[in-house]
Amino acid sequence: MRGAKSAKWVAIAGVVALTATACGGGDSDNKGSGKVDPKGIVSYANGEPQNPLQPSNTMEAYGSVVIDSLFTGLVHYDKQGDITYENAESVTPDKANKVWTVKLKPGWKFHNGEAVTAKSYVDAWNWAADPANGQQNSSWYRDITGYEDVHPAKGKAKKKAMSGLKVVDENTFTITLNHGIPYYAYKLVYAPFYPMPSAALKDPKKYGEAPVGNGPYKFKSWDHKKSIQVTAWSAYKGNNKPKNGGINFKAYTTPQAAYNDLRSNNVDSMPQIPDSELANYKQDFGDRAITSDYSAINTVNPAWYSKTFKDIDIKVIQGLSMAIDRDTIVKTTFSGTREPATGWVAKGVKGYKAGACGEFCEFNPKKAKQFVEDGGGVPGNKISIQYNADQPHKGWVTAVCNDIQKNTGVKCVGDPKTDFQADTEVRDKRQVKAMYRSGWVLDYPFNGNFLADLYGTGVDGNWGEFSDKKFDALTKKADTAKTIDESAELYQKAEQQLKTSFPGIPLWYNKVTSGYSTNVKNMEFDQAGDPVLTDVEVFEK
Amino acid sequence: MGRYVARRLLQMIPVFIGTTLLIFIMVNVLPGDPVRALWGDKPPDPAQVAQIRHDRGLDLPLWQQYLHYMGGLLQGDFGNTIAGNRPVLDEITQAFPVSMRLASMAWTFELIVGISLGVLAGIRRGRFVDNTVTLFTLLVISVPIFVVGLLCQLFFGNELGWITPTVQDSEDMGQLLVPALVLGMVGLAYVARLTRTSIAENRQADYMRTAVAKGLPRQRIVTRHLLRNSLIPVVTYLGTDVGTLMGGAVITEGIFNVTGVGNLLFQALARREGAVIVGVVTVLVLVYLAASLIVDLLYAVLDPRIRYA
Repeated sequence: MRGAKSAKWVAIAGVVALTATACGGGDSDNKGSGKVDPKGIVSYANGEPQNPLQPSNTMEAYGSVVIDSLFTGLVHYDKQGDITYENAESVTPDKANKVWTVKLKPGWKFHNGEAVTAKSYVDAWNWAADPANGQQNSSWYRDITGYEDVHPAKGKAKKKAMSGLKVVDENTFTITLNHGIPYYAYKLVYAPFYPMPSAALKDPKKYGEAPVGNGPYKFKSWDHKKSIQVTAWSAYKGNNKPKNGGINFKAYTTPQAAYNDLRSNNVDSMPQIPDSELANYKQDFGDRAITSDYSAINTVNPAWYSKTFKDIDIKVIQGLSMAIDRDTIVKTTFSGTREPATGWVAKGVKGYKAGACGEFCEFNPKKAKQFVEDGGGVPGNKISIQYNADQPHKGWVTAVCNDIQKNTGVKCVGDPKTDFQADTEVRDKRQVKAMYRSGWVLDYPFNGNFLADLYGTGVDGNWGEFSDKKFDALTKKADTAKTIDESAELYQKAEQQLKTSFPGIPLWYNKVTSGYSTNVKNMEFDQAGDPVLTDVEVFEK
Repeated sequence: MGRYVARRLLQMIPVFIGTTLLIFIMVNVLPGDPVRALWGDKPPDPAQVAQIRHDRGLDLPLWQQYLHYMGGLLQGDFGNTIAGNRPVLDEITQAFPVSMRLASMAWTFELIVGISLGVLAGIRRGRFVDNTVTLFTLLVISVPIFVVGLLCQLFFGNELGWITPTVQDSEDMGQLLVPALVLGMVGLAYVARLTRTSIAENRQADYMRTAVAKGLPRQRIVTRHLLRNSLIPVVTYLGTDVGTLMGGAVITEGIFNVTGVGNLLFQALARREGAVIVGVVTVLVLVYLAASLIVDLLYAVLDPRIRYA
């Protein structure tokens, strides 16, 4: 029985006087025996994937979670951000980190019985790199030698295969890169580096609808916009053998609908609690509520090409940063489901260092005002923060602006764009007026991903046209390091350099917020925000 | 009569072309690029963007895109979606049956309950029944539909557990019952009010006195004379409501996770899927046009004085 009803329910009940609600029917009266049923099916709130289910064509969350259940890649990573070997027995670089030798664990098979060999990997990557095959993730192969021949910036492929990929024997192949990358193994975690069976390359359309992988689960059915079902594959050889009988990915069109189903145990878990329920979910789920670390960061970045920030003194931006009371905003606006950021790299990745931003990310109204004044203030004494209004950003943007205005005297307003697409277009066209909201979820758990890929001069993710020569030099040095650890350390130095050039104001790290039904246990999420579905156990009914 | 219908059908052609053209242009004016959006927060790959644009014909000038689209439409080809390259026709044929089920249930509910309440209230004007109906309809009209929807979901779904909070299978009529009732609620209130006013007014008419004086049985007076003469405004409303129920159920569909037309349209707009938007609207326009034609023909059935030459 649900004794304490959520405040919202009571409020709505007040609007229309419904008589005699009496006692709410129990939704937590799990009458099961408490024993685990190894054949039980876990249902997970998802949505309709955007693209056909091909590893190299899936980047949005709805497709990724399904692909990750069907495929197992060469490597993965653990909670500390260290590499773990899955389908690969070893992935070893040469001295210059340029030629990587991959050895596969022998005897692995695809769900259709085909053996997983070095060729399964090489052929799949070559196929996906060809623009004619329309695979959205193809730019992930760009570090490999010969990528430009298969995937020229314009026009058709000149060659069918990247010269950097060589099959040595059945279970060994080498990857030659354009230049050494000490942390390249991390990139191999991502879906475009999964293998594909040879038949899938011949008939991609059919296999996009009914994928065949080498992962813990086997594809069963895809009822468009309703559900995707996968079942545990008994012949799986990997470490993460499913502890349940399968997964039912149910398609929901709104997170609110999924949330209400979750409360009534009609679905077993969901990716993110809708923002409207953040204040209630801990009460609604009690010890079944999940709040865990998520390697994602939110920042507010200056558009360095804009009139406001073109000739700004860095002190002003440092001052603006110190004017923001992150702790209070996190508590009030986000009900504690964010964590104040202390640097530019998110938690849970290799090379993360707490407090990288130092005093500049700590609330200090006095110093904030001093810094802004010393730096000569903001031209026009006014800034705006651009955000997309289709997501609930307005609340925190207003709060941040209030802090800035109150503590530094600089006028600050929100600059809403109707939706994410409109927002992206303005950023693409370099028309941001002053500052813009930016968020980044890890591609791979390495601090370099949050630094070089976002703030390097001229890189794709650098929307604000930030440029710091010293930082560029430091990241270049980190990229030529001998080992991953050394590289991560050098990247920490690069992050230190950002204190003096301030490419963005770190605000907070995200958290995974979720819950699970009374039908299951051991529901967890990893630092990429993905559910660890293989470990979930289902109670007997 | 036949000529009238033919003329009306011919009139549909310019309306059809006009609406599709308008929507087509409007979708293109919207800010944001659907192909670019496939990459979300991540930087897009120019070669792949160009490839997708070329594939879907988005690199052509707008007028060529439109002609191309209309040409395909005449052959029953609604084009392909930008994301996933699926035939738009598949999306439409999946969503419309769902919405048709939902809408027809809501519509029947409006028709039966709405007219009954209206007749009851109209005949007993000023009495207890009338006041109750007036109060009830006032309440329904003034409370926004999402409140009714969420309330039903939380109460019947989460608290009582009589239904699952959301529809698990959008094609199951039983599960669609509660969403349909919610959806039909507002229409029901309007139908009841229209019927009531019309009945109350016509009750004073001369022909009613004649019928009573003739000694006709009461039931026959109400159904054959009073109701038939009072239905014209109601039929007009019910006719146009078909289209609204089909395409305008976004909120109800969202709350109960029904994958109908409203939902499809909403998602397509958010993703700037031009072909889907135009395709769905095209079918909706046809539904509206057909419904209004049927309504106009029904006038003649209800009132023999109305004739179409």
